[in-house]
Amino acid sequence: METHYRKKDLLGIEELSRGEIEHILEIAKSFREVNERAIKKVPTLRGKTIVSLFYEPSTRTKMSFEIAAKRLSADTYSISTTTSSMVKGETFLDTIKNLEAMKPDVFIIRHSQSGIPHRIASITPVSVINAGDGQHEHPSQALLDLLTVLDHRGSVEGLELLIVGDVLHSRVARSNIWAFTKMGAKVTLCGPPTLLPLNTLEKLFYGTQVKVTYDLDGAIPEADVLMVLRLQLERQKLSFFPSLREYSLLYGINSRRLQRAKKDLIVMHPGPINRGVELSSDVIDGARSVILDQVTNGVSVRMAILYILAQRGSEL
Amino acid sequence: MPRWACSIKEAPKVSVVFQNVRLIDPSTNRDEEADVVITNGLIGDILRPMGYRPSSEKAIPVLSCNGSWFVPGLVDMHVHLREPGEEYKETIASGTRAAVAGGFVAVACMPNTKPPNDSYTVTRFIVDKAAREGASIVYPVGAITKGLLGEELTEMGSLVEAGVVAFSDDGRPVMNAQVMRRAMEYSLIFSVPIISHCEDLQLSAGGVANEGMISLKLGLRGLPSIAEEVMVARDIMIAKWTGARLHIAHVSTKYSVELIRRAKREGLPITAETAPHYFTLTEEALQGYDAVYKVNPPLRTLEDVEAVVEGLSDGTIDAIATDHAPHSVLEKDVEFDNAAFGMIGLETALPLSLELVRKGILSPLRAIALLSTNPARILGISLGSIEIGKPAFATLIDPNHEWVVNPDEFFSISRNCPFKGWSLRGRVQMTIVDGSLVFMDTDGICAPLGNIYAPRS
Repeated sequence: METHYRKKDLLGIEELSRGEIEHILEIAKSFREVNERAIKKVPTLRGKTIVSLFYEPSTRTKMSFEIAAKRLSADTYSISTTTSSMVKGETFLDTIKNLEAMKPDVFIIRHSQSGIPHRIASITPVSVINAGDGQHEHPSQALLDLLTVLDHRGSVEGLELLIVGDVLHSRVARSNIWAFTKMGAKVTLCGPPTLLPLNTLEKLFYGTQVKVTYDLDGAIPEADVLMVLRLQLERQKLSFFPSLREYSLLYGINSRRLQRAKKDLIVMHPGPINRGVELSSDVIDGARSVILDQVTNGVSVRMAILYILAQRGSEL
Repeated sequence: MPRWACSIKEAPKVSVVFQNVRLIDPSTNRDEEADVVITNGLIGDILRPMGYRPSSEKAIPVLSCNGSWFVPGLVDMHVHLREPGEEYKETIASGTRAAVAGGFVAVACMPNTKPPNDSYTVTRFIVDKAAREGASIVYPVGAITKGLLGEELTEMGSLVEAGVVAFSDDGRPVMNAQVMRRAMEYSLIFSVPIISHCEDLQLSAGGVANEGMISLKLGLRGLPSIAEEVMVARDIMIAKWTGARLHIAHVSTKYSVELIRRAKREGLPITAETAPHYFTLTEEALQGYDAVYKVNPPLRTLEDVEAVVEGLSDGTIDAIATDHAPHSVLEKDVEFDNAAFGMIGLETALPLSLELVRKGILSPLRAIALLSTNPARILGISLGSIEIGKPAFATLIDPNHEWVVNPDEFFSISRNCPFKGWSLRGRVQMTIVDGSLVFMDTDGICAPLGNIYAPRS
């Protein structure tokens, strides 16, 4: 098993070994101290060029990568759809080839369609980080979620992770299912059947520590970690569920529902939150919530990812 | 008052010995002569015939039943009670009186009221009204989509909480297959059936009579059997894909029966019902252009009727439901094209079903399973059996009593009955709901009880 991360890119968690995941997390921990300093900057990636291409709105991920790169002294540039030549009809592969000609070290890519970072990674020698592709993967999110659980529970091994909500459309869920099962956790997925394709999920994760249920109140008492997914509100129009009110009644997390939870259950959410829909304000702002710890850990984890990928060339 | 019906609230609790009945209980596969003792509304004992010995301290009236059938109270899983909104056609009070007069202790009412039952509030209205005024138990069916428009799912969770036992847009299909798929998936949370009104609206558009020789001859626009069958096929496939519990309403064609038979052979959890008019009448009835015979799905051919009968006998069709659809003269005594679809059925369903027993097609056990035990099981309600210690939900039937159908004597407000003037055999003598005597015919074998039991008001 690989114990050091030697891949050119970070595209997903599915293809990583436990050793590679642990390597990234170890380095992330070592960068934490930088983020606590008065002068939050180290010269580690001085002279490295990092280009962000965000073809979909983002607050946390975009800013987190940008802060991570700058704290490592890399030069960062970013392109968004509205300001790029994509609006003039250039294909994304031509865009990449042209940017590549300017000799960057890392591309950070967010796209609303699954698989775009993988296509790009296959045609360029530049390292590619998947910052979220469609409904597929969001590996840096899963890594920062792992780090957050490690902080609070010491180990992930044997923990019960309960993921609640729109699993069908969630890249966060997919990356976390891979990440937590690889690290030895058990995962239960819960949501309305319209957003939780039982038959296919059971086939996909057959023989793993993944379970599927529609019964939230039955699942909560078993959980150590509760990960609540964002409900994409436009799904109601497509009849995935009848109303926000009913979604909230059946699958919304609130403190009444958590009365039957374990004392040390922690609650996570990848953001952005629909307050009062998938998660009530008393839980978001309550003692179990580690949501802002996730955001803080995001910077350290992304520093580690950038460090490992941008340094790759120098080691050779 | 030779035949009376009253609400459960007004009805007296029963303590009677039913001596020498034929006890038919499909839940235990029991068909035997017995004495059944009901004490304070509970099934007290089931004894061998003439086995009851009165004890001096608590004298219970003994009713000599001469072999009348004592069966688990009938359950009609498909009626239209028209309340709220069309109380001039039927009300919860009148419809449930028609139900108990027909031997039914419970009915499931479809949501195409005005407003439709697509919300917690309307369901609660029906449940509360039924508790105050109902003669039978009423189980509301909730709408699949908001406003029965076939577009957005209703708040099924809230509807289940309010008391619905199934979902249906009955009267209309869910034309959008994706919406039907979502509905079936979503229903898995609550393990309740989706009842499908199978009709492709493009294929049936403008149709008023079964498409074929008769519609051609009469010059009536055709409503083809494929309009039903393509949707039966579609919904079976969606049910297979989703794993949901699908119930097909009012099966009327030969190939629908065949599709359901094949689905069941595959082991899919699919159930189906038909109505007495689909195994009794054919499209020939339309010859006089009388809109009393206009119904949807339409009356079909003899071949279809024979296939439906076969489905009833071989287990392909699980339930007989009336699709009791009351309409006033305003909707019925008009031009055929303009008339409303539907016929009433609660007060004639039992004798029409017994006709199949007399012909040797159904055993008495199978007939009662179709009218009671099976629909109760499909709806997930605890009826359809006679158990010692449980509250009595039972119907006493004189299977040989011959009578002439006169809709003017019906408890239903509406008169759109296609069997007017028919001589039928089999008559309900007594109906007991939750231990209370809600219906009795004091002219028949129950005459000795006429002075003992009468409604409180």
